[in-house]
Amino acid sequence: MVAASADEGTNSLMEGPDEHGRFGRFGGRFVPETLVPACAELEDAFRSAWADDGFRAEFHSLLTDYAGRPSPLTDCVNLSTELGFRILLKREDLNHTGSHKINNVLGQTLLAKRMGKSRIVAETGAGQHGVATATAAAYFGQECVVYMGEVDIARQALNVYRMQLLGAEVRPARSGSRTLKDAVNEAMREWVASVESSYYCLGSVMGPHPYPWMVREFHRTIGREAFDQSTALLDGGLPDVVVACIGGGSNAVGIFSGFVDTDVELVGVEPAGGAAVARGVPGVVHGSMSFLMQDEFGQVQEAQSVSAGLDYPGVGPEHAFLADVGRARYEAVTDSEVLDAFELLSRTEGIIPALEPAHGLAWMIRARDELAGKTVLLNLSGRGDKDVAQVQAIRQGDPAALDTVDFSRTNGDAV
Amino acid sequence: MTVGTLETALRAKRDEGRKLLVPYVTAGFPVDEWPRLIEGLGAAGADAIEIGLPFSDPVMDGPTIQEASTRALGAGITPVAALEQVAKVDVGVPLVAMTYYNICFKMGHRRFANALLDSGICAAILPDLPLEEVGPWAKAADHVGVETVLLAAPTAPDERLPAIVERARGFVYGVGLVGTTGERSELASTAVEMARRLKAVTDKPVIIGVGVSSPEQAVELVDVADGVVVGSAIIRRLLDGGGIDDAIAFVADLRAALDRAAH
Ligand SMILES: Cc1ncc(COP(=O)(O)O)c(C=O)c1O
Repeated sequence: MVAASADEGTNSLMEGPDEHGRFGRFGGRFVPETLVPACAELEDAFRSAWADDGFRAEFHSLLTDYAGRPSPLTDCVNLSTELGFRILLKREDLNHTGSHKINNVLGQTLLAKRMGKSRIVAETGAGQHGVATATAAAYFGQECVVYMGEVDIARQALNVYRMQLLGAEVRPARSGSRTLKDAVNEAMREWVASVESSYYCLGSVMGPHPYPWMVREFHRTIGREAFDQSTALLDGGLPDVVVACIGGGSNAVGIFSGFVDTDVELVGVEPAGGAAVARGVPGVVHGSMSFLMQDEFGQVQEAQSVSAGLDYPGVGPEHAFLADVGRARYEAVTDSEVLDAFELLSRTEGIIPALEPAHGLAWMIRARDELAGKTVLLNLSGRGDKDVAQVQAIRQGDPAALDTVDFSRTNGDAV
Repeated sequence: MTVGTLETALRAKRDEGRKLLVPYVTAGFPVDEWPRLIEGLGAAGADAIEIGLPFSDPVMDGPTIQEASTRALGAGITPVAALEQVAKVDVGVPLVAMTYYNICFKMGHRRFANALLDSGICAAILPDLPLEEVGPWAKAADHVGVETVLLAAPTAPDERLPAIVERARGFVYGVGLVGTTGERSELASTAVEMARRLKAVTDKPVIIGVGVSSPEQAVELVDVADGVVVGSAIIRRLLDGGGIDDAIAFVADLRAALDRAAH
C-alpha cells in the first residue's frame, strides 16, 4: 500500500483539457463545420451548468436516489486467496442499469433538459450506454434514438430489447465492421442532420471537445468514492494498482481521476484486437486526435473483440495523453483470457462480470507474479447478464474458434 | 497573398458571367473507369472537378457516397494509387482533392500537399478540419501552394462567416443544408440563404454543394450563388449501373441548364 495524498483539483494531471480541448497533443474538435457551433454551444452550456450548484445538486441526487450511488467496494477474499494478491472491486455493476454508463448519461440528459433539447441521439456498442440513455430519456420524457452495429445487435439481443422496452428506437448501423465504430459514424451523421433539434449523448470520453472533458467530469464520482472507500478499508492507505478496461476509456478515466495524483500505478486494459494505445499511432477520427488503429494510409482499421463494448479502434484522447506522459500503463489481453476471467470471478465470488471489466481481471491473472502481495483495485464497470448467452454459445462451440468469434462478420462489406 | 490557380480560374469565368459547375467523383469508382470519367466531365463543361479520396469513416457523407467509397476501398484503392492515376489524366480544368483529415495527417502535411501538386491537383477540401483546427495544415498548404477550400454551414452564426471566408482559398464551399451529402427531391431553403449570406461577406467565388441534385435545383441556386457542386446525383447514376457515359451526359445537362440560366 502507498500513502494517501490526493489533493484534488490543484494542478492535477487530469485537470485538462486546455481551451482548445487538448490533453497535451491529443483531443481537439475535428468535426464538420456544421457541428462546430453545436460543440461550442455544448461547451458553454456544460461550463455554466457545472459551475451551478443547483445543477450539481440535481445531478448528485439523481446519482444517489435514482442510480443507487455510492456503489460499494468489495474486498474479494476468495479470489485474493486464489490469485495471491488482494483484490478490491469497485462495484459499478450494481448501479441502476448495470454499469458505470449511467453516471455520464444522467449528467448529459440533465444537461440536454437544461438546454431545452428533447430528442436524444446516442451510439452504443455492448448496449449498456444505449440502455442507460434510453433509461434516462424515459425518466426525463425525452425521445431517444440509439445507433447500434448490426453485429452487436445480434450478440447483445437482451440489451436491444431493453432499449425498446424503455421506449427507444434502435437503428442498425450496417456499414463497415457493423460494430461500435460504425454506430458512432451513424450517430454523428444523424447529429449533423438534426443538430438544431437533437442532443448527442456520446457514451465515452471520446469525440470532439467538450465530450472527453465533460464525460470525465460526470464519471469523477467513481474515483472519488473509490479513493474514500479504499482509504477507509485500508486504514488510510491506498491500493498499489488501479485497473480498468478501455473501450473509449470512460470507466477508466472515472476511476483513474481519483488516484492520478498519488503514487498508485494505473493500468488500462484493452482487447488485443482493439488495442489503440498498444498498437495505435496518432490519428484523427470521430472528432479528436488520439491513438488509433489504422493502416499505413490512415484508413481506420476494424477492431476485433469478443466484447462489444471494447470493440473500438480508437481511445479517448486523455488516455493517449496519460500514455504519452507515462502516467498510466496500457496492456492488451486476448478473448480467451477474458473468457477465463469471466468464469473465474463468477465461480469464486458469485459475481458475473460484464466481458468488458473481465479484461481488467484477465490482465491481473496474467500479471499475478508481478502483483503478488499487492493490493489491486479493479473497476468492475458492469454486470454480465447481457453476456451470458454469448459466452454460453462460445463455450458450447468450437474452443479453437475463441479468438475469432465471428457472428457473421465480414470485412469491408458490400464490395 | 497570391491568388492560386483554382481561385484565378473560377474568378475569371465568373466575371465573364458564367455559372460555375463542380462535379464530384470518387477516386477508384467505378474501378478502372474513373480516370476516363474525370476526363469526360472536363469535356462536358465542368469548371473544376472534385476528386474524393476514399476514407474508411466518412462522417460527412450520406449512403450514396459512402457506398462508392466502400466499393473503391474494397477494390483496393489507396490515396497514393489514386494520386498516381490522377497524374495521368488529361483535363483542362483545375482538380480539387476532397478527403478526410486523417488521410492527410497520416501522410504528413507537407508530403500530402506536395503529393497533390505532383498529381496535378491544386486544392484540397477536408470536411472534418474546421477553421479552429485548420492552422497547421493550412500553413503547409499555403507554403507549397495548395489552396485550402473551407466549408461554411447554415448552422454558423453570422459572426463566424467572415473568418471562414477570409481563410478560404480557391472558393468558399457553402453547405446547402443541415445534413450529410445525398440527393434531395427539393432544394433546401437553407441553400439559397447560405449563398446569400456568403455573398454578403466575400468576393471569393461562392459555390454551394450538398443536396444539389438536378439541373432545376442548380439553376435555382445560381440566381444567388456563383456555382454548384454536384456529387451524389452523379454517383447514384453510376451505382444504378448507368455507366460513365450516363454520368457524363447528366453533367452536360447541368452545364446546358446553367448556361441558359446565365443568359
Ligand atoms: C460494462 C462496460 N464497461 C466498459 C465499457 C467500455 O467503455 P469505456 O471504455 O468508455 O468505459 C462498456 C461499453 O459498453 C461497458 O458496457
